[in-house]
Amino acid sequence: MRVGVITFPGTLDDVDAQRAVKYAEGEAVPLWHADHDLKGVDAVIVPGGFSYGDYLRCGAIARFAPVMQEVVEAANKGMPVLGICNGFQILCEAHLLPGALTRNHKLHFVCRDQWLSVENNQTAWTTRYEKQAEILVPLKSGEGGYQADENTLKELEDNGRVVFRYVGENPNGSRNNIAGITNAKGNVVGLMPHPEHAIEALTGPTDDGLGMFLSLVDSVVKA
Amino acid sequence: MARVVVDVMPKPEILDPQGQAVANALPRLGFEGIAEVRQGKHFELEVADDVDDATLAKIAETFLANPVIEDWTVRRVEA
Repeated sequence: MRVGVITFPGTLDDVDAQRAVKYAEGEAVPLWHADHDLKGVDAVIVPGGFSYGDYLRCGAIARFAPVMQEVVEAANKGMPVLGICNGFQILCEAHLLPGALTRNHKLHFVCRDQWLSVENNQTAWTTRYEKQAEILVPLKSGEGGYQADENTLKELEDNGRVVFRYVGENPNGSRNNIAGITNAKGNVVGLMPHPEHAIEALTGPTDDGLGMFLSLVDSVVKA
Repeated sequence: MARVVVDVMPKPEILDPQGQAVANALPRLGFEGIAEVRQGKHFELEVADDVDDATLAKIAETFLANPVIEDWTVRRVEA
């Protein structure tokens, strides 16, 4: 079970994402933004941070990185891909997921432990959770407001493609309290909060995030 | 060479918290009568003469703007 973790210039959370993969007993494989090479991995994590300094728009430049062209191709063939925070923004810019992330409605950078409800436990990344389970993971972002047009929101809601929703006060103005979504096949998931920062009690608020990485290992073992 | 200006603005239905913050600051600074502010981006490109309008539109639509949340216009201006 080899899981690629991409590093762009400005990526911050690649090390924690690799560590989460190891805690789930997967092998973490570092991937470099400038390489046209996925090194034969079974899945890819696009981690958080500020790729290319967030210049132009969050994720707008990373989307054109050589490694992302390989990720798009592999994702369209069914490879599990997880985008966390800036990674979610990149997957939206790359059109692997619909919609866009915009400046938080109250303009403040939000950094706190956030309760989420698991709305869809059928994706490659969420089978370890019970539906409607509530999990506590860190949220740390300035541009986390999920936006999409009405048709897209309806499509997401009608087909169970909202994977995570914020519980309690909406932290960033996301439409329908959306914290994370999936593509039609369920192999690509993006979310703004950080499950990789909540994999053990020593370093996170909970170990609630580890389930995403365990789910992935299950899905690939099963496949 | 020609100068091309690309303006990118948040779509009317998309919340623009930055524009709102600017609008809210104006009365505090003593400027009255500004009903609304929306904030976008302005790009100035120096382009070779053989770059056609279709190419410029593609640059704007696929890279400078995100059509999910932003509208864009391209115009050629006197350098």
